[in-house]
Amino acid sequence: MKADPRAVLTGVHFLDGDHACCEGALAAGARFAAGYPITPSTEVVERFAARVPTVGGTFIQMEDELAASITLQGAVWGGAKAFTVTSGPGFSLMMEHIGYAAMTETPCVFVDVQRGGPSTGLPTLPAQADMMQARWGSHGDYEIIALCPNSPQECFDLTIKAFNLSEEFRVPVMFMMDEVVGHMTEKVVIPPADQIEVVPRRHTHKPVGEYLPYETNGDMVPEIAHAGEGYKFHITGLTHDERGYPNMTPPVQDKLVRRLQNKIRNAADRIALYEEENLQDAEVVVVSYGITSRVAQRAIEMARAKGLPVGKLRLITAWPFPETKIRELSAYVRAFVVPELNLGQMVREVERAACKVKTFGVPHAGGSVHHPEDILKVIVEAMR
Amino acid sequence: MNEFINPVEPFLRTDRMPHIWCPGCGIGTTVNCFARALIESKIDLESLALVSGIGCTGRVAGYVKLDSFHTTHGRAIPFATGLKLANPKLNVVVYSGDGDLSAIGGNHLIHAARRNIDLKVICVNNLIYAMTGGQTAPTTPEHAITSTAPYGVYEPTFNLPHLVEAAGAVYVARWTTFHVRQLARSIAEAFNKKGFSFIEVISPCPTLYQRRNKLGDGLETMKYYKEKSKVKHGAPTSEVGLTMTGEIIVGKFVDRDRPDYQTMLRAQLAESLGERFVEQVETVCS
Amino acid sequence: MVERCKACGFCVEFCPTKVLALSSAFNSKGYHPPHVVHPEKCSGCDLCGMYCPDFAIYGYKVPNAAGQAEVQDEG
Repeated sequence: MKADPRAVLTGVHFLDGDHACCEGALAAGARFAAGYPITPSTEVVERFAARVPTVGGTFIQMEDELAASITLQGAVWGGAKAFTVTSGPGFSLMMEHIGYAAMTETPCVFVDVQRGGPSTGLPTLPAQADMMQARWGSHGDYEIIALCPNSPQECFDLTIKAFNLSEEFRVPVMFMMDEVVGHMTEKVVIPPADQIEVVPRRHTHKPVGEYLPYETNGDMVPEIAHAGEGYKFHITGLTHDERGYPNMTPPVQDKLVRRLQNKIRNAADRIALYEEENLQDAEVVVVSYGITSRVAQRAIEMARAKGLPVGKLRLITAWPFPETKIRELSAYVRAFVVPELNLGQMVREVERAACKVKTFGVPHAGGSVHHPEDILKVIVEAMR
Repeated sequence: MNEFINPVEPFLRTDRMPHIWCPGCGIGTTVNCFARALIESKIDLESLALVSGIGCTGRVAGYVKLDSFHTTHGRAIPFATGLKLANPKLNVVVYSGDGDLSAIGGNHLIHAARRNIDLKVICVNNLIYAMTGGQTAPTTPEHAITSTAPYGVYEPTFNLPHLVEAAGAVYVARWTTFHVRQLARSIAEAFNKKGFSFIEVISPCPTLYQRRNKLGDGLETMKYYKEKSKVKHGAPTSEVGLTMTGEIIVGKFVDRDRPDYQTMLRAQLAESLGERFVEQVETVCS
Repeated sequence: MVERCKACGFCVEFCPTKVLALSSAFNSKGYHPPHVVHPEKCSGCDLCGMYCPDFAIYGYKVPNAAGQAEVQDEG
């Protein structure tokens, strides 16, 4: 399905990541956002508040992130594509409802413009320290999808991707920006609406009486219905069966939770998005994401100028973690270098998948981006 | 042969009966009144959505044959807000308990009332956290024994009608599970009103609240409601606080008119944007 | 449903014309469900039905020549 042209701001713009993300959401068909102000994410919803009443939608600033994170889900069940936007402290508050979205299979997008933490931390400065939280933040076993843009252009393009993935898999998608990507201003090209592919809601075509809210076949993703259509379905966060009714027994738990996990895991290779360069002859591969990937790019260029065979793997999908790719590379590379704006998060995933191949992190407590020299130093060390 | 069926039966998910509520619990009674109100106000059931939180009353969502959502603890109201804003044609009912709505959900309660979101909130107040075993709720009367106040509650109690009126609700009523006809009528009235309506229903929890406080079983509690309730329509809500064995003021306390959230949204945006304002479109789905 | 009844006693107590009483029979859960003792006094007001927290009873007046009323335990 193509994007609705009424909401697509086709043209060449000079936007920051926050603003571009908002435009991406509108282009993807989002017509509802519930938010709460938190630096450095607020501009996303500020723009949405200004834009959406001109294209037919609603923004509501709720009283806290606990409310925002579930108000958007009510809107989804009322028929809208919806999202919310936050940063670290708000992301922590939203965890229960991310779990609720995963459990009820509510398609929606949570944007986290990461900043220095923990706690109030560095409200106006970057970090990438919520990456593990994005994956494991809520209680229980569940899987999510997480995307990492590294430019305002990607904030536009990948937000559309995020919505599309959420609809395809009926899963909450974490859009992991960071303060620099959110506040840097760059050229953003917004194409005409008919060049933007949008995944529609997987609404059931079954008649009333035959529809079961959590019945699935091969692809493990059930069809959805909205309130007010006569289906009279029941949705609960309790462990439930195909009818949506609470059924709190170990066999039902096993069946449900494994399906929630496997619907993502089994499609992990399909979902995995990354950018690769010079991997064929690489001895060391730099694995990075988000704003750090732009600094890493510089470091890689400096390394190659020294004649070092360095390859680049930029993660666009952080979760599910593209372990197949890492495993593939670990068959022949000597080492991985993983710079991130945290004290070691995604590096653990690389380590896990790389097995015997050495993995060197380039940690950073956050607050600024790396110096390319910091990454280069580790690349050189990894070469030894 | 028998063309008379129980009026509540078509509203129940009969495949899930019997329900989990205890003998003498009043929640089922409130469901009868709710069903009666639906019949009388001729509400279109297909555009009715019911949202509940966590707790004994929260289980109502699972037993009614409507589009129903059993959400997280304290967050039924914001979920309901999202439903209503995305599809204004829906009639959205929030059916939850006193702990869910006034403790963990307190913030959302006051803001939804302030905004005058068009929601009908039925708050079954059994003065306790029942589902989890009988802990103190903000509504538990002073001196009562609970599992987290084994020597007696020493916190002042919330007067919910007063709280909700102060926050901005346009319809505030309180009944007990003894007042079945009045309760059904109040719910029907709320359906005919646009804005934030709040109906508190005092209900027995014989297994926990009444038992721990030696107040008898469900039937004795109902007799207490019958004996000690006083109907005072329009009573000042500041004066309707509850005690353990004292008088229970019931009635319709507040029935006023204020533009609801969506009316105000439309008015403001239409004024500021003029022609450029596009209302919430028919959303998604095909 | 007799099987739904938990013998809370609301219907017996609040029937305005005292049509009902708890029986000595048991349902399968071990409760004594109510039974109709004075059917002729039933006005069909269905207060029993409105009070019943277990949706186990309701009252209606069968319009027939004798003006008789029946309280039906849903079976």
